[in-house]
Amino acid sequence: MLKKLLIANRGEIAVRIIRAARDLGIATVAVYSDADATALHVQIADEAVNIGPPAAKKSYLNVDAILKAAADTGADSIHPGYGFLAENAAFADAVAAAGLTWVGPSGDAIRMMGDKVTARSAAAAAGVPVVPGSDGRVSGIEEARRVLIDTGFPVMIKAAAGGGGRGIRIARDLAEFEQSFPQAGAEALAAFGDGGLYMEKVIERARHIEVQVLGDGADAVHCYERECSLQRRRQKVWEEAPSRALSPRLRDELCHSAVRLAREVGYSGAGTVEYLYDDAADRFYFIEMNTRIQVEHPVTEMITGIDLVAEGLRIAGGEALRLTQDAIRAKGHAIEVRLNADDPARDFAPFPGTVGDLRIPGGPGVRFDSMLYPGYQVPPFYDSLLAKLIVHAETREAAITRLVRALSELEIGGMKTTKPLFLALAKDADVQAGAVHTRWLEGWLETHSAALSADPQP
Amino acid sequence: MAQILSPLPGTFYRASSPDKPPYKADGDSVAVGDVIGLIEVMKSFHEVKSEIAGSNVRFQTENEEPVMAGAVLAELD
Repeated sequence: MLKKLLIANRGEIAVRIIRAARDLGIATVAVYSDADATALHVQIADEAVNIGPPAAKKSYLNVDAILKAAADTGADSIHPGYGFLAENAAFADAVAAAGLTWVGPSGDAIRMMGDKVTARSAAAAAGVPVVPGSDGRVSGIEEARRVLIDTGFPVMIKAAAGGGGRGIRIARDLAEFEQSFPQAGAEALAAFGDGGLYMEKVIERARHIEVQVLGDGADAVHCYERECSLQRRRQKVWEEAPSRALSPRLRDELCHSAVRLAREVGYSGAGTVEYLYDDAADRFYFIEMNTRIQVEHPVTEMITGIDLVAEGLRIAGGEALRLTQDAIRAKGHAIEVRLNADDPARDFAPFPGTVGDLRIPGGPGVRFDSMLYPGYQVPPFYDSLLAKLIVHAETREAAITRLVRALSELEIGGMKTTKPLFLALAKDADVQAGAVHTRWLEGWLETHSAALSADPQP
Repeated sequence: MAQILSPLPGTFYRASSPDKPPYKADGDSVAVGDVIGLIEVMKSFHEVKSEIAGSNVRFQTENEEPVMAGAVLAELD
């Protein structure tokens, strides 16, 4: 078992990890930048160490400062949370080389899943359906033309070294393709120093469905799926479990494919295998694996009753998986919404401010994961996530009703947040019917943004 | 002497990306509406456009330095 854990993160996830560690009797070390000296994670940890100036690259991304903080406090382990250094294989290796326990999969597993081409190969090797496209890098235009037979149009040309939506071109017909392919190679070389390209079929209307897995390096289990189709600029805003779109047979196939992939790569800790689900074709395709705990993990915790962060800490401490697959059952329906310091009435402009009065919702089936407290000054240097409101009920309909009830109790004084967005979405007929896809929200916002200017009461 | 103030709290950048030249070099003239830098707030970038005109710009905030809203970014003659 781990004895003293350093949390290399901030915000709500640092608070979440500290809580799980303390529940297990593990001592906690927070790290913080100059901008976070009064942050909640600093207040509730057993110890806290300043690791530098506000800019993330000088503090939360500063590997040397974090390793020194671990050495100075006698921590035996490091949890990276999500974002920052969480999927940095070199950091995972450096933690291990310093004789510390890394809470998460090995640097090699992170590296394999972090490269789109090797991740796709691993998925194919595990019998996980992948989006039709090239098997890794395309050697040249001749091979690219052969790949088109599988993908058809539209087709995506992606830089192998790209990421976060960068280095992507879409060709809608052969003429566009012949022009775009050489340009994409030249651009990728200029932008990333690597001209490698791969190709993928564009699935225009799909749901984002992902499977939570837990592995101990030898064996792996799944904790069912989450659907995160409501996205704005590729950022999830509303996540739920289970997905209403899947038949029991397809859910079974999907979840087992994720377990096969986790076993294939010797996965250790909590991870997520992400898929696109094409309703029309009733097929799912692997997109990527996130080798860390995710923002939306609480929806899975609500339907399964499993503390995923605590399980990750136990596994890192050397325990084998405690849960067998038959012992993991899903019950009811859970929804999470992300309360960001963004003003939906002003095209989601960021709103760093000071929290005034704070009224947090409660009662049955309501959970509020956050780092807020009255008087907290939200720094402008990091992402805008303030809180996650998670609700659980017997059915999806009851969960939406409970979401509206909890949102109506919530008051974050002095701040503009995304709360009005979720009150409006909860009333929308398509959302209520679950008739959404990954591009749905952006279209909806074009016609509904006026309704978000006030703070409507339900 | 006129001042250009930061409209937002965040991180100040003098160029659109690290490999690009700064929007304004020290000593340049500034017209109303000229972009003199960027402020990064919660991972989104906002152009700082000057509301005043002047010559001989002198930056008072370094590139990549954190600023509060109302901080003096630059001075003009």
